[in-house]
Amino acid sequence: MILQKFLLRLITMAVTLFGVAVVVFIVIRVAPGDPIAMMLPPGAGPEDIARLRALYGLDKSLPHQFLIWLGGVVQGDFGTSISLRQDVLSLVLGRLPATLELATVALLIALIIGGPLAVIGARERGTAVEAGIDVAGGAALSIPDFLWGLVLILLFGVLAPIFEISGRVSPSLDLPFSTQFYLVESILRLRFDLTADLLSHMFMPALALALPLAAIITLLLKQSLKEVMDLDYVVLARVKGFSETQVILREALKNAALPTLTLIGVQFTFLIGGTVIVERLFSYEGLGNMAIDAVINRDLPLIQGIVLVFALIFVLINLAVDLSYALLNPRLRHG
Amino acid sequence: MDSARITRRSGARLWLAGFWLALVFIAAVAAPLLAPQDPLAQDLLYERLPPFWMNGSESGYPLGTDSLGRDLLSRLIYGARIAVLVAFTAALSACVLGSALGLIAGYYGGWADRIISRIVDIWMAFPPVLFAILLVAVLGTGLHSVIIAIAVIDWTRFCRVVRAETMVQARMDYIENARIAGFGRWRIMLSEVLPNVLPPIVALLSLEMGIAVIVEAILSFVNLSISTDDPTWGGIIAEGRLSIHQAWWILVFPLVTLFLTVLSFSQFGEGLKSRFDPVLR
Repeated sequence: MILQKFLLRLITMAVTLFGVAVVVFIVIRVAPGDPIAMMLPPGAGPEDIARLRALYGLDKSLPHQFLIWLGGVVQGDFGTSISLRQDVLSLVLGRLPATLELATVALLIALIIGGPLAVIGARERGTAVEAGIDVAGGAALSIPDFLWGLVLILLFGVLAPIFEISGRVSPSLDLPFSTQFYLVESILRLRFDLTADLLSHMFMPALALALPLAAIITLLLKQSLKEVMDLDYVVLARVKGFSETQVILREALKNAALPTLTLIGVQFTFLIGGTVIVERLFSYEGLGNMAIDAVINRDLPLIQGIVLVFALIFVLINLAVDLSYALLNPRLRHG
Repeated sequence: MDSARITRRSGARLWLAGFWLALVFIAAVAAPLLAPQDPLAQDLLYERLPPFWMNGSESGYPLGTDSLGRDLLSRLIYGARIAVLVAFTAALSACVLGSALGLIAGYYGGWADRIISRIVDIWMAFPPVLFAILLVAVLGTGLHSVIIAIAVIDWTRFCRVVRAETMVQARMDYIENARIAGFGRWRIMLSEVLPNVLPPIVALLSLEMGIAVIVEAILSFVNLSISTDDPTWGGIIAEGRLSIHQAWWILVFPLVTLFLTVLSFSQFGEGLKSRFDPVLR
């Protein structure tokens, strides 16, 4: 039964990804402007254009082009970038770690801010403290990451320059890394000087991405905590003499966390979508920054590759959320 | 919490948000009367003038000037025109498109629902900002592209909410009665279901207007909205980001404006929602 559901879920996922591929392909092909004409030096003859068109497969019919491209994608061949003249897959894989590290750090920051605030709000329920948390949360929630990024640039990049606001790592540093997962590798190699430099670059963009999510975690977790606070087993723990904070951490939290966990998964995809503009804002060399360059340069194969990778990440996160929900929720587990 | 307090709080919220939005709206409509200078006039003698309370400011340029010597206040006031225009047209288009599809999916169910829901799933798998930039690049830069892009991307928000609400309404007795009375499907959808799903739509519309303003600012920021000379809030922000170490005020003023506008749209929507909500009321 569960296996059947899982297989159905995988098929839906494949259909969604196929749909994304079709939509990107159609959107890009109706674009006016010839990418080939843009990459040739002035004075190139029509036969040069024809040769390049054939090289990139642009001389064939649209459905034919789509099938060739899709056949390649299935085998891991995403084509060649027109503006950078390199293999799209290796370009994307080269930038993806930077974005994944940024998104993960942002998620951690959101949890570090949101979790304790929710516990404090639940403990101080009905007081001015809770009202303050509600107001701050409401404001943080309605301001998008783009604006938070600009505010942080002003505050901590210019007025009180504590953090770096541009790039991923200081250009003067010698990097001994063999993968693109700089942060992970710097920790594994015990090069904490590099870790500090990376985090100092990462903190502002990650915080900008984290603030709306932190607000959601705070408000939702606080609500769930308050709902279980009057249930019998929580009252029992209180009668046993545990302090209110202990009651929340030992008893209430594990039962109230499920709705928040589900929501974090969905919101995490929004956070990853937000990396596109936040990376641009902080000149962070990730996938999103490359995506905007690709659009501006009309680099069709690269755009297709990047959008497809983003879509793949989104559906994988949704799948993980569904699975963990099924595993954590006893009603579904035994049902 | 007692309902009187909630009502009072949401009332204050509605008024404050409404006040700021009214200011922005008036600025947009009466821009030529309110702006102290021509927003396009460059004066290289007056480049990067500071705001009025700082040394070196000039009268007639209360918020200072940008790096081409253009008056910031005038550019902000004229920028409100683009913001208001995008907020209304783009959000309304997304609303009409999404609500129509949501009504159809929720009321008809079956294949219509399956196809529309699948399209929504596909749409949700796109990073929205990248999708917007891609669409505008394809459609060509310009205000109409910005508006189309926002509508094409954000209709799913309305579709999901309206679909869910419609499914609830469609099972209720009054719809059954209308059906027995011989009303056609479209008549039931438009004159019976739609008025009952309107409150969440209106709240969402206010929220969407704020989102539209942000998306326009983001597109101006990456230089894909209207021409760079025309004043937009996002364009001024892009300019301010570049000269942030020489003149912080070029970034601060449009940022505060955008901040208050987006916050007001969302608070206005929230306020409306709690007004409409029969349980809270």
